[in-house]
Amino acid sequence: MSLGAYVGRRLLHLVPIALGVTILCFFLIHLVPGDPARTILGNQATDQRVALLRHQWGLDRPLPVQYGKFMGRVVHGDLGTSLFYGVSAGRLVLQRLPVTLWLIGFGALLSVLIAVPLAVIAATHRDRLPDHVVRAVPLVGLGFPPFWVGIVLLLVFGLHLGRGFPVGGYGNGFTGHLHSMFLPALTVAFGISPILVRSLRASLLEVLESDYVVTARSKGLPERRVLGRHALRNAVISTVSVLGVNIGYLVGGTLVIEQVYALPGVGQLMINSINQRDFPIVQGVTLVFSVMVVLVYLLTDVAHALLDPRVRFE
Amino acid sequence: MAVAAEVVAEAQLVEHRRGFRRRWYRTPSFVAGVSILGMIVLAAAAAPLITQHNPTDQDLLHTLAGPSSSHWLGTDDLGRDVWSRLVYGARTDLRVAFLAVLFPFAIGTLLGLLSGYYGRWIDVLTNWLVNVVVAFPFYVLIIALVFALGPGTRSIYIAITLVGWVSYARIIRGEVLVAKRRDYVLAAKAGGLSDARILFRHLLPNVVTQAIVFAMSDIVLDILAIVTLGYLGLGVQPPTPDWGRMIADGQTFLTTHWELSTIPGVAIVITALGLSLLADGLADLLRPE
Repeated sequence: MSLGAYVGRRLLHLVPIALGVTILCFFLIHLVPGDPARTILGNQATDQRVALLRHQWGLDRPLPVQYGKFMGRVVHGDLGTSLFYGVSAGRLVLQRLPVTLWLIGFGALLSVLIAVPLAVIAATHRDRLPDHVVRAVPLVGLGFPPFWVGIVLLLVFGLHLGRGFPVGGYGNGFTGHLHSMFLPALTVAFGISPILVRSLRASLLEVLESDYVVTARSKGLPERRVLGRHALRNAVISTVSVLGVNIGYLVGGTLVIEQVYALPGVGQLMINSINQRDFPIVQGVTLVFSVMVVLVYLLTDVAHALLDPRVRFE
Repeated sequence: MAVAAEVVAEAQLVEHRRGFRRRWYRTPSFVAGVSILGMIVLAAAAAPLITQHNPTDQDLLHTLAGPSSSHWLGTDDLGRDVWSRLVYGARTDLRVAFLAVLFPFAIGTLLGLLSGYYGRWIDVLTNWLVNVVVAFPFYVLIIALVFALGPGTRSIYIAITLVGWVSYARIIRGEVLVAKRRDYVLAAKAGGLSDARILFRHLLPNVVTQAIVFAMSDIVLDILAIVTLGYLGLGVQPPTPDWGRMIADGQTFLTTHWELSTIPGVAIVITALGLSLLADGLADLLRPE
């Protein structure tokens, strides 16, 4: 199968999923107990205001009609109007998206920088002390609540050890962002690295036992070259996949971490909107985040197919 | 023939259990996990006996006090005893986490059994639902659901169930797809046993172990979700003590009283470690030799 055909087929697979995602987002409003319009506006709201909102959101129409209207808006990129700010929810999300993307990208990069050396150490010292230590990383690391890790890092590096890093904010310019986002990104990396270490170690062990590595060794290549050029290159393919599969976890983690570090990203927007009961924004952010995850799944599959042509023929 | 198959399957199961009984104390992670978790559960169960104060009692004359003989871990900004809140918090969070894992376990296992065994439309539908739920970042969907349903434990159970069943369904479906081609199932079918009997008497006991092992590590995820919701003010509602809320409350005093946020965090990490070790040990023990 050509790469184009492969991507086309993957895109077709996405259609029912995308449909399901919009249905779930749509139904969020109907999970609100009682009259959603009344609950969202609060007890002080006048009956007219409640009736107006109900009409605006089409809550007085049959469900299929409501969903049709919702989809009509979504495909035009309209996520509704924020109740609190009175502006387009989509624009608010877009404004804050760069911060979140920065955090995700930087966090993913740091997690690879942490996970790859640890996995290499573990795989090359199989069943010896370094391996046991590295294998304990996922066991212990997965139990750390991401927001608490953020607080501890803030305490240690932001407030005590030389106060080298800002305790909040996004910074200005590329280096400013890099400096300000280091601790938040490190927090993100701590959350995802344990998963990466575990799977990268396993795939490295598998690769190290494969025929072509044995061949490379028997040719008399130095171990460094066998590891770097032969083993790691193939193991990285599975790391990319694992990172892609866990992107949902990564993205979800940023939500809370932005709150800890007061970063003006999409996650903070969502949490603030929850406190303001700003329903269209919460719904919009949920939709945007899931679309992001679905796109990353697609990109991961495509990257995998590019790196490993065998995938296309399965 | 069906009866014979049933006897063989049962014998294997008994053998499996005997192996478990023989080997559990030789699996270090299992013993360590049980010990850690056992101590925490014991402390939570005996909370009234090992604390001197009510976790919600405020003492505004002794706020933010350091450790003393009457307040072992000091007091918080409202003069509440930190040790009492920690122990009662364990009660809340462990109870919610254990209950929260039951519903997804049951629903996911059932759907996985049905979709793996019958295939066709029920499998297509289940797979579609799984893919849709997986498209949402875990925390985003949980937070959005709890927001819509309103804060509190009831919403936590519903949200975790709606999101969590997918992993169990996937695991069980995969196991059933393999198991249903095994001799004991084919024999049971040939013997004319009903689908219900095959599903619940033959397949379920053989495929459920993987789901049980996963449930242990799933509780870790649930505890983290519960304290995260608590931290954001969406989880267990005050005055009921909860570790997440304790961390959030302490964050205001991070520069002067860092211990208020760190102590509940350490409790979470130790609990999660106990559960992870238990899951790890259980996976080793239940793996067929």
